[in-house]
Amino acid sequence: MTAALSISNLQKTYDNGFQALKGISFDVQPGDFFALLGPNGAGKSTTIGIICSLVRKTGGSVSIFGVDIDKDFAAAKQMLGVVPQEFNFSQFEKVFDIVATQGGFYGMPRALAEERTEKYLKQLGLWDKRSTQARMLSGGMKRRLMIARALIHEPKLLILDEPTAGVDIELRRSMWTFLEEINRQGTTIILTTHYLEEAESLCRNIAIIDKGDIVENTSIRSLLKTLNREVFILDVRDPLEACPDLGGFDGRLVDENSLEVTVEKGQSLNDLFTRLGEQGVAVVSMRNRANRLEELFVSLLAEAEKEGTE
Amino acid sequence: MMSPHTLWTAFATIFRREVRRFTRIWPQTLVPPVITMSLYFVIFGSLIGRRIGEMGGFSYMEFVVPGLIMMAVITNSYSNVASSFYSAKFQRNVEELLVAPIPNWVIMAGYVLGGVARGLIVGFVVTVIALLFTALEVQHLALTIAIVFMAAVLFSLAGFINAIFANSFDDISIIPTFVLTPLTYLGGVFYSIELLSPFWQGLSKLNPVLYMVNAFRYGVLGVSDINVAWAFVGVLVFIALLFGWGLHLMSHGKRLRH
Repeated sequence: MTAALSISNLQKTYDNGFQALKGISFDVQPGDFFALLGPNGAGKSTTIGIICSLVRKTGGSVSIFGVDIDKDFAAAKQMLGVVPQEFNFSQFEKVFDIVATQGGFYGMPRALAEERTEKYLKQLGLWDKRSTQARMLSGGMKRRLMIARALIHEPKLLILDEPTAGVDIELRRSMWTFLEEINRQGTTIILTTHYLEEAESLCRNIAIIDKGDIVENTSIRSLLKTLNREVFILDVRDPLEACPDLGGFDGRLVDENSLEVTVEKGQSLNDLFTRLGEQGVAVVSMRNRANRLEELFVSLLAEAEKEGTE
Repeated sequence: MMSPHTLWTAFATIFRREVRRFTRIWPQTLVPPVITMSLYFVIFGSLIGRRIGEMGGFSYMEFVVPGLIMMAVITNSYSNVASSFYSAKFQRNVEELLVAPIPNWVIMAGYVLGGVARGLIVGFVVTVIALLFTALEVQHLALTIAIVFMAAVLFSLAGFINAIFANSFDDISIIPTFVLTPLTYLGGVFYSIELLSPFWQGLSKLNPVLYMVNAFRYGVLGVSDINVAWAFVGVLVFIALLFGWGLHLMSHGKRLRH
């Protein structure tokens, strides 16, 4: 099957000598919901910039649904929609005009562009704001405006660079639902995000990039399987004066109503609950201390750092 | 590769957006040049012009009107594209065009024709106001329209290149202030170069604006300080050169792509 996005040995060295990408390679399959993660300055935005032609690559190749961007960038661009990290629309134009005009840039007749503009503005909850100048929108609305604009030509591949940065939780959840729906309808989605919970909930496959290199490229499920330990916070019904005997589990009392317990790979939560039950400690709820992917992410970057210094 | 129809749609979209931009902010784009030119007509044409007498065989008002119309067209074409394209860079909405499958020449054509539209609209309004002060009997209509259109294209292209190089809003006012205005004022708008000594006449002939102003004046009044054919050849050559330069800058992503 032809990959939705195929990146091979992609390199970028800026004029000041900074090597942003050191020859990365990865594929994204059609229909996938793919996460591209990495710390600030890792090379995520440079990669996206190259894919959509805003950054010139120094070496390597990029194909979108089998079309090499060096051979037919126009055909490749027709299949690509990009939601950048920073707002990049005219602040003085009206919401409707921004989206419909983008359709014209892709050669869409005005009537079709207007029809699609209405469709996406309604789906993204911006229809009431269609006659408002973009500068008057809230941050979350501006992000949704950029999503509507990127979808106007109904691309097969949609890339979103930090789409939910600065967006409140309720809106973030509604954006997730929207993205999941268009993914279900067949659009391949690549997402960069700082919210690892977002990547874990939405994405099936992942590439982690650090200092211009890919340090991991696998499915999120397989990645989570490599997690050796998880740290849970247990909320208890009755106040505790000291940490109960946890047997083979590491743990501590966070406050009188909650315990922090580390569960190593191979240990069973049943054993923990039995032991607590024997001591009359009733657990009313539990949660991960941190997002599981976050823990992996941190450990993978730490490993990469260690290898780099050895 | 986009089909001719989709290329046309993309071009028409850019052009429409440009026209929408300068008509939306008409108090900044269309009114000021009309007021300025009206003052020129009143002060130079009517009040001072009466004392000057004839120039090139015509009343001073008749002589100065074609030059002032051309000056309005040149400055407005230039500043429209310079400020619009630089604003698109500044607000980063130029990226909307760069990520779309539009060839660079279509982007340039859309912006340039947007600049031409503003130049010609301002030129038309200034002409209507000029008719309040003097009668204009156009001697060579086709030639008049051709030279004013070509001048608008040329200076729109120049404004586009200025915007590509510009790093701040100051950079798009430097060229109009220090290059365009002196060239226009010394380009035979207000006087015939026959009044100058041979040395200054020779120097004036290096000024491209002189050729456009005189070609336009020839179209309207039927008189010119220079050979009108050279004006057309010169403007065409400069249009080709600036278009080529602009395309080169775009294809290399000068100050547009990293």
